[in-house]
Amino acid sequence: MAGVAGGNDFQWCFSQVKGAIDEDVAEADIISTVEFNHSGELLATGDKGGRVVIFQHEQECKNRPNLRGEYNVYSTFQSHEPEFDYLKSLEIEEKINKIRWLPQQNSAHFLLSTNDKTIKLWKIGERDKRAEGYNLKDEDGRLRDPFRITSLRVPVLMPMDLMVEASPRRVFANAHTYHINSISVNSDHQTYLSADDLRINLWHLEITDRSFNIVDIKPANMEELTEVITAAECHPNQCNVFVYSSSKGTIRLCDMRTAALCDRHTKFFEEPEDPSSRSFFSEIISSISDVKFSHSGRYMMTRDYLSVKVWDLNMENRPVETYQVHEYLRSKLCSLYENDCIFDKFECCWNGSDSAIMTGSYNNFFRMFDRNTRKDITLEASRESSKPRATLKPRKVSTGGKRKKDEISVDSLDFNKKILHTAWHPKENVIAVAATNNLYTFQDKIN
Amino acid sequence: MSEEIEGTKTTEETVVNDQNEMDDKVISPEKVEEAKLKARYPNLGHKPGGSDLLRKRLTKGQKYFDSGDYNMAKAKVKNKQLPAATSEKSGGGEITGDHIPTPQDLPQRKPSLVASKLAG
Repeated sequence: MAGVAGGNDFQWCFSQVKGAIDEDVAEADIISTVEFNHSGELLATGDKGGRVVIFQHEQECKNRPNLRGEYNVYSTFQSHEPEFDYLKSLEIEEKINKIRWLPQQNSAHFLLSTNDKTIKLWKIGERDKRAEGYNLKDEDGRLRDPFRITSLRVPVLMPMDLMVEASPRRVFANAHTYHINSISVNSDHQTYLSADDLRINLWHLEITDRSFNIVDIKPANMEELTEVITAAECHPNQCNVFVYSSSKGTIRLCDMRTAALCDRHTKFFEEPEDPSSRSFFSEIISSISDVKFSHSGRYMMTRDYLSVKVWDLNMENRPVETYQVHEYLRSKLCSLYENDCIFDKFECCWNGSDSAIMTGSYNNFFRMFDRNTRKDITLEASRESSKPRATLKPRKVSTGGKRKKDEISVDSLDFNKKILHTAWHPKENVIAVAATNNLYTFQDKIN
Repeated sequence: MSEEIEGTKTTEETVVNDQNEMDDKVISPEKVEEAKLKARYPNLGHKPGGSDLLRKRLTKGQKYFDSGDYNMAKAKVKNKQLPAATSEKSGGGEITGDHIPTPQDLPQRKPSLVASKLAG
């Protein structure tokens, strides 16, 4: 796969944008998760209103081989609904926190979607045939009077317009006291894990009334609480290994073969901190908001407030690569704390070959880093640069006193335009970027 | 003699210390921001990450009223609607549930019946 930034023959261009244009954004329309399936054919989004929309990659136009196909709506359904837990006086949001696809095993597609408390397994299947010529009912479904039937016939399967149906196949409920932040399907294709602030559970995809608790960091006395679990993921090919990150900037790797309860980690990843540079904000900005294994399984990537770090699983004492996302915000931490932006949870993702990584920022900017060339680029998801196949112009934030012509100053950044969720196609240079209530797709310019 | 030497040493140390402080302010914008925050909120706890922040995170979504108050407020509303209700009952009695949300005040918790605009 080509490099992502700076190369003469590589540029990103606009492909599509989905969602309403009007300025008034309904809370329910805010996209809360974006995920490609394993082949990249399907792209799923979840929103704060508990709805899932799945897009399908259309076949490329035979007449225009230079154009990659577009993503069009394939299925949409209401995954979760708002609930109220009267026992605990707790409002349970319907917001979809995460969607994870299962590897495809037959013609149907399966995905897991979760809100704060409940995980659901959805089957998305196609129906393109219908039986006609029933004996006991009319074509419109009305029952025929059995005494009027004088002959028998065999129903015949006739083609019909494609219908895509989503149905809930499993509901995994009542296993989390705290808010679920992650789900991850295991490489054994039979189990998956779900993580909340203090606990991680292991489920079997077929069994909904039981789950194993594999990590529990709840202290006996809640006054002693010092850190919470922020993200967790299963290793891509070792089904006994998983990692979880914490609000203190550490990552623990656990091996399920060692014990039933993996409270003692197998590996502990933490970058040493210079004690003299410690401030009130240090711990808050070190909190890891996302952790993702590379496709190879050799590396993992973590996202904290200001940077993205790549870790070699064989080296625990420091990351092998650190990329600054928006270092200019370090001198704005006071106001970012006051407006709560310092608690924003950005995600990160790898490209299919693990040669590049992407993450979001503010002002609808998103950043890409090429691990080989060490080049980076800042792009913007905006309606202004949304002409078909228009090349995206790199953006720059001016940090010094003098602002160059096309640059934007730190104080002009719109902190309400956050790009928290991005996804990279597993095989091609196609990316999906969620900008509040709009979903943008970009692709590389094929020359 | 020794005092003189010590005197010199102290001056040097002071110079070095000043340098470090200056370096601190120059090198660490975080500390500048921290000072700003402490100036605006002098009562801010000294625990940086702190279990307070974490516990606030864990109890996100709590409405902070219990079902007893909820039902009392619901009953009070019903009483007001009855024509026979006496003023003592509804107005004179101790108002406990007043600051706590009543069914009317609670935002509608209906699922989104509207389809997502992404699918439009």
